[in-house]
Amino acid sequence: MAEIVNMPKLGFDMAEGTLLRWVIHEGDQVSKGDVLAEIETDKATVEVESTYEGVLLRQLVSQGTVVPINDPIAVIGQPGEEVTLGANVASEGALKKPIATEQAIDAAGGYIPSPEPVLEIQVLPVLAEAPHASPLARSMATEMGIDLRLVRGTGPGGRVTKKDIELYITNALVPEAAKSPSQTPIAGVAPVKTFIRETRIIPLPKLRAAIGRRMADSTQQVPHFYVTHEYDVRALTDRRKEINLLLEEDDKLSVNDFIVRAAALTLLEFPNLNASIDLIANTLIYHGEINIGVAIAVENGLLTAVNHNTDQKTIYQISSELKKLVLRARDGKVRPEDIEGSTFTVSNLGMFDVDQFTAIINPPEAAILAIGSAKQVPVVVNGEIRIGNRMKATLSVDHRISDGAEGARFLQALAKFIEEPLRLLISF
Amino acid sequence: MPRITMREAISQALWEEMERDPSVFILGEEVGVWGGSYAVTKGFYDHFGPERVKDTPIAEAAIIGAAIGAALTGLRPIAEIMTINFAFSAFDHIVNEAAKFHYMFAGQMMVPMVIRTVSGGGRQLAATHSQTPDAIFAHFPGLKVVAPGTPEDAKGLLKSAIRSDDPVLFIESATLYQVRGEVPEGENLIPIGKSKIQRPGKDVTIVTYSKMLDTSIKAADLLAQQGIEAEVVDLRTLRPLDMGPVLESFKKTNRAVVVEEGWRSYGVGAEVVARIYEEAFDYVDAPIQRVAQKEVPLPYNRTMEQLALPQVEDILKAVREVL
Repeated sequence: MAEIVNMPKLGFDMAEGTLLRWVIHEGDQVSKGDVLAEIETDKATVEVESTYEGVLLRQLVSQGTVVPINDPIAVIGQPGEEVTLGANVASEGALKKPIATEQAIDAAGGYIPSPEPVLEIQVLPVLAEAPHASPLARSMATEMGIDLRLVRGTGPGGRVTKKDIELYITNALVPEAAKSPSQTPIAGVAPVKTFIRETRIIPLPKLRAAIGRRMADSTQQVPHFYVTHEYDVRALTDRRKEINLLLEEDDKLSVNDFIVRAAALTLLEFPNLNASIDLIANTLIYHGEINIGVAIAVENGLLTAVNHNTDQKTIYQISSELKKLVLRARDGKVRPEDIEGSTFTVSNLGMFDVDQFTAIINPPEAAILAIGSAKQVPVVVNGEIRIGNRMKATLSVDHRISDGAEGARFLQALAKFIEEPLRLLISF
Repeated sequence: MPRITMREAISQALWEEMERDPSVFILGEEVGVWGGSYAVTKGFYDHFGPERVKDTPIAEAAIIGAAIGAALTGLRPIAEIMTINFAFSAFDHIVNEAAKFHYMFAGQMMVPMVIRTVSGGGRQLAATHSQTPDAIFAHFPGLKVVAPGTPEDAKGLLKSAIRSDDPVLFIESATLYQVRGEVPEGENLIPIGKSKIQRPGKDVTIVTYSKMLDTSIKAADLLAQQGIEAEVVDLRTLRPLDMGPVLESFKKTNRAVVVEEGWRSYGVGAEVVARIYEEAFDYVDAPIQRVAQKEVPLPYNRTMEQLALPQVEDILKAVREVL
């Protein structure tokens, strides 16, 4: 019997995904684990693997289509098998959409029978209130990054046509000064420009939009406070050198690998900072796992790659896992588990010669640790000025979950691992 | 280049092909002694003789059946059906035999025949003798359907049709026989299945064929006086349909009107418009308009007949709609 492949939910806040590219073509053989298609979510490009064996009988959506999660995208079955979409999809849909049933309660409290599930892939309009526009005007607007809501349609019924887009562009390109007839050029000013760089307008990349949304939510809704601590990193620097002498070039440990493990071990003592708040249920969630997220710069933004159960891994394990994560993230090939489930994040700008910085908490986490550069600085030891190796770290904490004293104690506790890094090698 | 009539162009094509290839022969009602209902084969009987210019009984099924048989034995018959309305009497032979044999017998045989016929209204021949059922015949894979709109295309395409190993329905228009156009002398084969831009323009694409090419060019001339440059694309062949020049033109103008003499429902225009929406959706700037015959059996009364047939005015109105 033919199996329906649905748009997978690849993240807790994923509502839809764009089917970027079909990897398997209709009629091709599919094994379990084969990559069927590439899907762009808010966060990344993800490969969808088949959980079925057989032949890809039908691709239900074309490339570039935005598909809500759990909507069918493909049918896999035996060669020559009849594809009876109606029956398959109806039964699947009935099982998989309990939420729809919950919502179908009318004002009087009675149940409204949920409508028959329909196999129709809804392409969500890019702009909710966009006016009617011809297909050509739409494609021109998309290409040029024009918000159709700003364009006045002069076609039948106010339809935006090619002419309106062209007029809009012409008006947008004429500088204000040129529109005013009374302006006279100022004499005697030497021309300064030899060329003008082009102003470019591009559609907001999905990742950029997702980061923007989350960071705006976080800064607006999460009351942050910040605590900064300076660490003596001479021992860490020395131990790292010693260890790296024993390792192959590709296996060498970074300062960040030490810090990630140090943070994980410190969190064992500070469950409040490995927690989330659920305002709807009015609960605090103390996470059983310590999963350290690491902010990775990628094209068009950043991703928080996740190292799971970091407290139970050696630095070497953490290091090699993070290296693979970085590669996948930069190739745009992260898997869902690579970017989901972090409980605490480390953001390190140490490689950019940064004294210190403050990071925005990655919801629903309770805190984020921002790491500056390790530097040689003058320090006072026993009343004398000496050359010391120092690194500053700033912890941003959700004040709804924790308070300043706890944040400060965390940074102090972190010191014993960072300043005595051998502990990182013996603690389990 | 000599300017000759459509009738002369078709006549020349037949004559030249019969001179070139002794396997080519003509059969049909009144094609011989009388010289053809539209005088296309005048003089043929005397020159080529009764063996190669055969008068038949008024029995279309017999004409087509005989032609298919002759084609199967290796001859190249040109069967004339006086008007396409009579082709319904031979419909089974055309679509179930001529169009199918090559496919159903694994290519063991071919049916290299041409059916010449006249389509369209406008001559007060009333409902049963004035139809334009071109789209019906173009529906069948296996049958090529050619419908030229200029003398040059008529001559070049008819010669290609006679040399084609597939059965070809060659649709002429009685109202075009007197139309003159430049036709190159000598051998000028025009391939079947190629649309052509007959009049360049940039503001709107008019897609048409056969008699409506003439009407569309007249409309385009009037539009030009108003500063609207219509590009007229002539399909020339309905099957296989060449959308290339249509799409190329449409991607430039983004607006189109499709003009056909037949009825709008399930017509040539329906096919062309669907193909534009399928293959150039992102270039559509206005809903595409169809100009076609009113959905009635064509009236006999001259005024009413003209009202029911697509006119220059209808095309101008449709162009204004899309612009």
